[in-house]
Formats: sequence, structure tokens, C-alpha cells
Amino acid sequence: MSLQEFMNGRQHEMEAIVIGASAGGVSALLAILSPLPRNMRIPIIVVLHVAEDKQSKLAEVFAHNLAPPVVFAQDKAFVVPGTVYFAVPGYHLSIEKGRWFSLSREEPRYFSRPSIDYLMMSAADAYGSALLGILLTGASEDGAEGMACIASSGGFTVVQDPDEAEFSIMPQAAIDLFTPQQILSLQQIRTLVFLLETVNVG
Amino acid sequence: MPKTKDATVDIELPLLMEAIYRRYNYDFRSYSMASQKRRVLHALRQLNCASISELQARILHEPEFFSRLLQYLTIPTTEMFRDPEYFLALREKVVPFLKTYPSLKIWVAGCSTGEELYSLAIVLKEEGLLSRTLLYATDINPAVLEKARKGIFPSNRIRTYATNYRAAGGKYSFSDYFTAAYDAAILDRSLCENVTFADHSLATDNVFSETQFVSCRNVMIYFNHDLQERALRLFHESLCHRGFLGLGSKENIEFSEVGSLFEPLDKPWRIYRKK
Repeated sequence: MSLQEFMNGRQHEMEAIVIGASAGGVSALLAILSPLPRNMRIPIIVVLHVAEDKQSKLAEVFAHNLAPPVVFAQDKAFVVPGTVYFAVPGYHLSIEKGRWFSLSREEPRYFSRPSIDYLMMSAADAYGSALLGILLTGASEDGAEGMACIASSGGFTVVQDPDEAEFSIMPQAAIDLFTPQQILSLQQIRTLVFLLETVNVG
Repeated sequence: MPKTKDATVDIELPLLMEAIYRRYNYDFRSYSMASQKRRVLHALRQLNCASISELQARILHEPEFFSRLLQYLTIPTTEMFRDPEYFLALREKVVPFLKTYPSLKIWVAGCSTGEELYSLAIVLKEEGLLSRTLLYATDINPAVLEKARKGIFPSNRIRTYATNYRAAGGKYSFSDYFTAAYDAAILDRSLCENVTFADHSLATDNVFSETQFVSCRNVMIYFNHDLQERALRLFHESLCHRGFLGLGSKENIEFSEVGSLFEPLDKPWRIYRKK
């Protein structure tokens, strides 16, 4: 499929990508992010559920395997295009309307902090229709409401096909809640993200 | 359409913050809005209001109702000796300096229900400093200040606190600091003797004393850049020459102008020193 077909001509609008993943998420994310070049176009902000009590090396692990800059999203830092951001464990991550990150220690949601829903809801407020939301494998219901929120703010939503996801609960919960624009295989999501990050959408 | 509803929320939310400020002088206008919005929407459901406008009308006319809303707008801290390595770093890198002062003043800004405050008090006691220290514990929320003043914690939390305490370099048996009473653990009152609790807002109030150490952990993450800047200026003004500032482990002062007036003493655990 071409980018045009993937996104029904909406690719020109996109200014950021948010991705939520839980169980099975590391390999799914590596599959999607590893083809990306050093100079990609728009920022990718990721919430991956991991145990809160572990000092996570997530960003380092991904930084070793990916070409674009990979960092933890820091409180009050402005979102920089072409960067892959991970949420730090133990805090919720939001994007403010001025397009900077804020952390918070509110209660965990679906036993998770960071919450995929919280990131996506705030990103939907900050980016409106210029946002692509992607929800991957997971054994939690986190992300469904956030994705629905992106959709209702006019953004574009892609859910991994539950039939091929390592854990189907998370993508299925989203599909049960609303109708995403696309339900794609991991391979297709990989192609979509690559095209969106590299093609000159002028 | 949900989109219209969201657009309405975007109008109502700043109006609510303005109403709160004008009516009660609590300034949430410069808080980071994403989490503030979540908390207000959560409060709406808990307080049975159909819209933020309805909530606004009620808080304007019913002070008691505002007190209830306030409990949703502030985030309570979670545990004693959270990030044990921070307290270990304090013992190893800050306490030796503090010992050189004949008397000490320490400000715990945004003390919430007191977990951070009493963790510090225990460190000071074990280092022989508590008797010559005056601790100022401030917060904007009178309800949490009252809880902090009482020093009563749920006993099911004590085991976690004790694990943290040991990892933080605690020298004794943590349970010695508490008296058990049913399902509560009452803090040793000697830890509270030198504490002054006060209603103080980093958004609207000024400096009230010179201090050697300011602890303000996971408070400024809820502020926008301007309010963080204001708070840091207050701390800078309050701190004595080469005084110490302790922040939460994921806090970031790089994006503020005042940040350059502090130098890191322990970078990973966010302990700074006034330049």
C-alpha cells in the first residue's frame, strides 16, 4: 500500500505520532522503529508499560538499536521533531498545548503509570487532527479511550490487528470502543510509519 | 459531537481556574493543564456536576464545596523515603555541610501529607541535627497540612516505608519511630516538635525566611514554565549563600532561567547548590 492509501490522503497533516504498547511491546516497537533513518521528519512519542520499580534502561536499549535520537521525555522539555521519546516509568506523561512535556504522579491507570490513555488524550488536545495514534499488542485495556479521543479530535488512528498481535486484549479493546481508520498488521504499520517519516509530504 | 464538547471544556477550564483565583486566591492558572484537566473532569464525576460551568457556579457560592474540589486538584505524595537513593545522597553529600551550621532552617515546600517531611526529620535526627533545626512545612491545601500535622499513617504502608528507610541508609529499626494504634501508625512526636506548618503558595506568596536547605519534590512538575521559574526564584531568594535544593528525580530545571543560578551536587538525584 502507498502512504496515500494508508492514510486516505491525510499524510500531509501529520505533525506527531503517539504509540502505545504493553505486553509484547518491545519486539513490536523494535519492528516498527528499526527501519527509521537518522533524519526522520516528525516526533514519535511512546508509552510502553514496564514495571514501575525498575530503573528502566528502555531509552538506552532502543537508542542502541535505532538510528534517530531516542530519549526519555523530560518534564517541561519542548517536543523536538525527528526524535523518538519514551515515557519514564513511574510517571504519567502528557503533552501540553504549547507542545512541551509534563510529568505527573497521579494514581496509576489500569495498574500502569505511565498511562497510554493519558498520553494520547493530552496529545489529542495538543495536536488535534495533526496526530497519528498507533495502538499495539498488550494485555491491558489502556489506550482504547485515548485512541477514541484522538479519533474524536480529528486525528488518525491505527490499531494493530488483534489476530496477529502477541497479546490481543489491548488492540481488541480499542476496536470494541470505536472504529479506527485502519486495522493493520505489524508489517503494514512498519511500512506506514517509515513512509510517513521519510516521504517528502511537502 | 465529542469535538464540540471538548472545545467547551477548553473554554470552561481556564474560566474555572480564574474563578478559583478571584474567589479563593488559589492560583492554578499557571499549572500544566493536561493533568489539571484530568483532575477537574474526575472531580466532576465525583462531585456529581454535569459540566465545569456547573462546578464553577457551585464553588463560587459554596466555600465548603470548593474545599472538596481542592482535594481533587492537588496530588498527594505517596510514601516515606520515596527514592531511597535521594535520601542516601542527602546523608552523604548534604548533611556534612549542614553539620557546619550552628542552627538550621529547612523548608519543605509542598509538603502534602508529610511523608517527605518526616523522612527528612528522621534523617536529621539520626545525624544529630534535628534538635537544632527548624523545619518549615508548607502547602496550599489546609486539609493535607492538618493530616501532616497529625503524623498518623496507615499501618499497611509501614512495611514499604521500612524497606525504603533501610535502602536510604537508615541506622535503626524503622518501627521505633511509630506507635501502633489499631490500623494506624502514629509517628514519634519528637519528630514533629521543631516543625512549623504553614499555608503557603509558591504561586502567590513570598519568601518568609532564610533557609539552608529547600526540599520541593514532585511539586513543580505540575507547574508551567513561568510558575516553575517563580518557585525557583523564591527558593533562590530563601536559600543562604551556597544553600541546598532537593528536587524530584525526574524534575528538570534546565528550561528555566533561574536554573542557571544553581549547580548540580548530585545530578541523578537532583540535588543542587546555590551558586
